[in-house]
Amino acid sequence: MKQSTLIWTILMVAGGAFLLFQASKGNGRVYVREIPVDAQSSQPEGEKQDYHWNRYQQVTESEKGEPDVRFSFSRTLGLWVAAFCTLAIFSFLYGDNPIYKFTESVFVGVSAAYAMIVSFWTEIMTNLYAKLLPDLARITFFPDIDSTAEPDYLYLIPLVLSILLLWRLSPKGSWIARWPLAFFIGATAGIRLISYLETDFIGQLQSTVMPFLVFASDGSLLWIKSLRNTIFIVGVLSCMIYFFFSVEHEGIIKYISRLGIWFLMVTFGASFAYTVMGRIALLSGRLVFLFNDWLGI
Amino acid sequence: MLNFLQHLDRRWIFLLMFIAVAVPLIMGTTFPETPSPQVLAVFDAVDNLPDGSNVVMALDYDPASQGELQPMASAFARHCAIKKHNIYFMTLWPQGISMIQKSIDILQEEYPETYKGKYGTKYVNLGFRAGNEGVIKLVVEDLKKSYSTDIHGTNLDNIPLTKNLKNIQQVDLLCNVSAGYPGSQEWVLYGSSPFDIPTVVGCTGVQAPTMLPYIPDQLTGMLAAIKGAAEYEQAIINVYPQLKNNPNAKEGLIRMGPQLVAHILLISLIFLGNVIYFWERKQGLHQ
Repeated sequence: MKQSTLIWTILMVAGGAFLLFQASKGNGRVYVREIPVDAQSSQPEGEKQDYHWNRYQQVTESEKGEPDVRFSFSRTLGLWVAAFCTLAIFSFLYGDNPIYKFTESVFVGVSAAYAMIVSFWTEIMTNLYAKLLPDLARITFFPDIDSTAEPDYLYLIPLVLSILLLWRLSPKGSWIARWPLAFFIGATAGIRLISYLETDFIGQLQSTVMPFLVFASDGSLLWIKSLRNTIFIVGVLSCMIYFFFSVEHEGIIKYISRLGIWFLMVTFGASFAYTVMGRIALLSGRLVFLFNDWLGI
Repeated sequence: MLNFLQHLDRRWIFLLMFIAVAVPLIMGTTFPETPSPQVLAVFDAVDNLPDGSNVVMALDYDPASQGELQPMASAFARHCAIKKHNIYFMTLWPQGISMIQKSIDILQEEYPETYKGKYGTKYVNLGFRAGNEGVIKLVVEDLKKSYSTDIHGTNLDNIPLTKNLKNIQQVDLLCNVSAGYPGSQEWVLYGSSPFDIPTVVGCTGVQAPTMLPYIPDQLTGMLAAIKGAAEYEQAIINVYPQLKNNPNAKEGLIRMGPQLVAHILLISLIFLGNVIYFWERKQGLHQ
């Protein structure tokens, strides 16, 4: 057996033994408390109706002996599945493996399905079906819809555009889908162009127009603020000159563009540092879950 | 030794990183934080509002990034709760619904006298709407064109907080916590900047450099990555010391311990890598 394989096997066995030990101590079990919820119908007109149901709130380890607290099998199972998925994703660090691939597929599938269902109920049902057929929507899924609500036929336009978009799936006449697509691309470009011009272009230009030398109200020079403004303006100009390729980077332009490279390097360094910090935060987030929620350390 | 390091299996580095993050977490190591001016700007934006002001909390992230962003969202919720603000929760991410619930749980469990049983009068959950920046454009001009109901399907005209709210230009502050698209940048582009809505954001480290140019003209302040969250928690504890005894209010501070150790490890590895590189160059292994 290779030395590295032996070491990793020992580590895995030790990890597994530790898990068994923690599980035998009663960790990795979820306890919940039943909380009654009282509510009233939200329709302002008509008779008010009272509704009662129970919801379950997860409790801390110290509260598990209390009389209204009970063991939750479904949440415990969920906790163990989440822990398994976390470890399965971590297993990629050792090497690509079937457990990782399976878990990755589950994550992608669940996320896509969840997004699809939520979008269906918030967009197609609430924004289209309920707007076009409010009476039917009230009877079927949305009892809170105002009984005086009238159908809004403007919503036929997005309905027709959506149907045209689905034409792409048809073997014949897929060109029809180009019309709604053209509309969506045009509308999106139009909306984005204005905002980018206003906020990113003009807004940033305005923010860059600043004095090299800043004086206080008593006429004295504010050194730090002046230095900061100067570095800022020089940085912006030198970076812009670096990206200005219509002129040969020779002579003075060469030195300014090199200064631009230095500014860019500092920016990329800061971006990288922030990214590293983000990744470590994600790792510590998962470890907090494993240690606290699962293993109860 | 250098020869051994040259051919070091990267899995040992992963293991080192695991230990560097895990040990301070288990030991609960924290380090003192001093809030930066940028974080203090966020703190002041929430704190200087009169008690009971209207705040939109747009939580645009999912469980994948909650390790980095949940401490920020929780800190925003606690700070707003201390100030007894009215909170409008919304999200542009489908998975953001469960993230909103975490903040609502904080309001109900830690501040029951202000928020328990006050749904609709002290806080409202508008839930998720598909449409990315299109939703932002609508809610800043006409809220009810995009959101006719809240997350429970209740008509907004029947909820006291939203009954007279035409659009979110009427609110006093917009707090956004975001992990990407659509998120902070879209809120600035389509919401805060064109309509001058006072906005503070909390974002991931990856997003932070793209958001920095918007400060201070288009954004009041920003919490960048877990460091920003920890500094914000410290800023809140400094002014409201009652939170000192709440371990949940120090989530970000606790996660800065592993950050420090992991950063030291990373810097050491980068240094070591450079030493090996120059040694190899001296040996003539690099052209």
